[in-house]
Amino acid sequence: MKILVGYKRVVDYNVRVQVKPDGSGVVTEGVKLSANPFDDIALEEALRLREKGVATEVIVATIGPPDAQAHLRNGLAMGANRAIHVVSKEAVQPLTAARTFLKLIEKEQPHIVILGKQAIDDDNNQTGQMLAALWNRPQATFASKIEIANNVAKVTREVDAGLETIEVDLPAVITTDLRLNEPRFIKLPDIMKAKAKPMETIEFASLGVESGDYLKTTAYAPPAKRSKGVMVKDAAELVAALKTKGLL
Amino acid sequence: MSKILIIAEHLNGKLNSSTARCVTCAREMKPDSIDVLVLADAADAISAEAAKIDGVGKVITVTNAANAHPLAAVYAPQIVEIAKKGYTHVLAPSTTFGKDVAPRVAALLGVAQVSDIMKVEGGYAFQRPIYAGNAIITVQAPPDKTLVATVRTASYAAAANGGNAPVEAATVSAELPTHTRFVELAQGKSDRPDLQGAARVVSGGRGVGSAENFAIIFKLADKLGAAVGASRAAVDAGYVPSDLQVGQTGKIIAPELYLAIGISGAIQHLTGIKDAGTIVAINKDGEAPIFEVADIGLVGDLFKIIPELEQALG
Repeated sequence: MKILVGYKRVVDYNVRVQVKPDGSGVVTEGVKLSANPFDDIALEEALRLREKGVATEVIVATIGPPDAQAHLRNGLAMGANRAIHVVSKEAVQPLTAARTFLKLIEKEQPHIVILGKQAIDDDNNQTGQMLAALWNRPQATFASKIEIANNVAKVTREVDAGLETIEVDLPAVITTDLRLNEPRFIKLPDIMKAKAKPMETIEFASLGVESGDYLKTTAYAPPAKRSKGVMVKDAAELVAALKTKGLL
Repeated sequence: MSKILIIAEHLNGKLNSSTARCVTCAREMKPDSIDVLVLADAADAISAEAAKIDGVGKVITVTNAANAHPLAAVYAPQIVEIAKKGYTHVLAPSTTFGKDVAPRVAALLGVAQVSDIMKVEGGYAFQRPIYAGNAIITVQAPPDKTLVATVRTASYAAAANGGNAPVEAATVSAELPTHTRFVELAQGKSDRPDLQGAARVVSGGRGVGSAENFAIIFKLADKLGAAVGASRAAVDAGYVPSDLQVGQTGKIIAPELYLAIGISGAIQHLTGIKDAGTIVAINKDGEAPIFEVADIGLVGDLFKIIPELEQALG
């Protein structure tokens, strides 16, 4: 069984992203870049399925600029068997990303595709669902538990009402939530080994993907600031303050 | 001519308030009509609720045993079939329900999706948050394509009741997949208000210290008639289940009163509460970032303050 994992590079989640003073975008120059945390979880889950003997091969794939190779090497160091780098200088929107991954699916014929539920840059939460729709296959989003048996994935999903369990026939797309697992740390020897692992480079233009980048961003602004409030010294003052505001 | 179709969210025969919040957002687009689509195994009670929402022109029901549970792969082809009957916009709430199904609808229609509308600037121009709310962008969608979007429910109050829209049963011919099957929903049993719709929320963080200690949060919440929430740190530490998580990857809420207790206030948490009316922070660390956004702050030991607070509340 083959697993394809989406592995996007984003601004590290500890970076407090700032809007450029001229409102033309956010500051990404010189900031730390890391794997999207949900994608690390996706890769970890794929590796665990391989270690359990459910899967035999784990492929990490990204759509990104030429310098995203180092990022994919991290995925290989974490344990993926090989990597696919779809080279695109421009960032693509979710529909285009889904169409691109569909091309990779047609080429690789994976049984499971695991993606993060959202990338923490654009916070769109769309690509996995779109990919499943275009592939005409099941989707199990926001997964916190995955069990594979008899070509069926039993997936527990984190939904607003609690934990929902569904069964999906494979092949299928699964997107990860935070509590699915804790990704392993990369060890130094694995970084060395990763250098020898295969990395395929595909020019985005060569895939013949019809762009679905239909949305234009016309402005960037910092969020509205909440004004700093008052400090009270004890519970009685707190209750009095809430009563003054008419909240009690 | 703009016609908006809102996908109703419901559970156990009850309409979720996220639907009425979508109606408020839809009205800001100044459309010619707003219809609500109810997919269910038994739609009568749900559609009756939807028909009462002010601003709704028509409620369309598709009743089918396959619609008993909100499976995106089952719902999406039906939504697409209805949407193709002249709708210019398809809206769903930005809850786990809407986030699951809307992109599937968008992809089947071959269009992009706008996620988490927080402000309407026109029929095809919207503000939405990126980077956990650290930046707000304005996106322009093409007017010649169906607009599929999710609505950040915390940004909109629920439209009031007062309407009396007609309810129309529709049939769809779309073939429904059987490759996706519902097994079960494990719901936290609680008589407390629903976290996403509650007027008051009491949340605990890592400072609460343990699952046992969280009883103090629940007790205070009950005294205030509040829902209970938690920070990611508290959920990750196993103090409470994940459906209580408030923040970028959990629930985005806008209660009138939010009490953050033992929560330091990571940006990922703050993004989930920035629309709250009044934020109260109780934390022993006076330097905690939560105090930057709190309307009322109290520095001290929560285990001493909460009992005092309960007493002061009478």
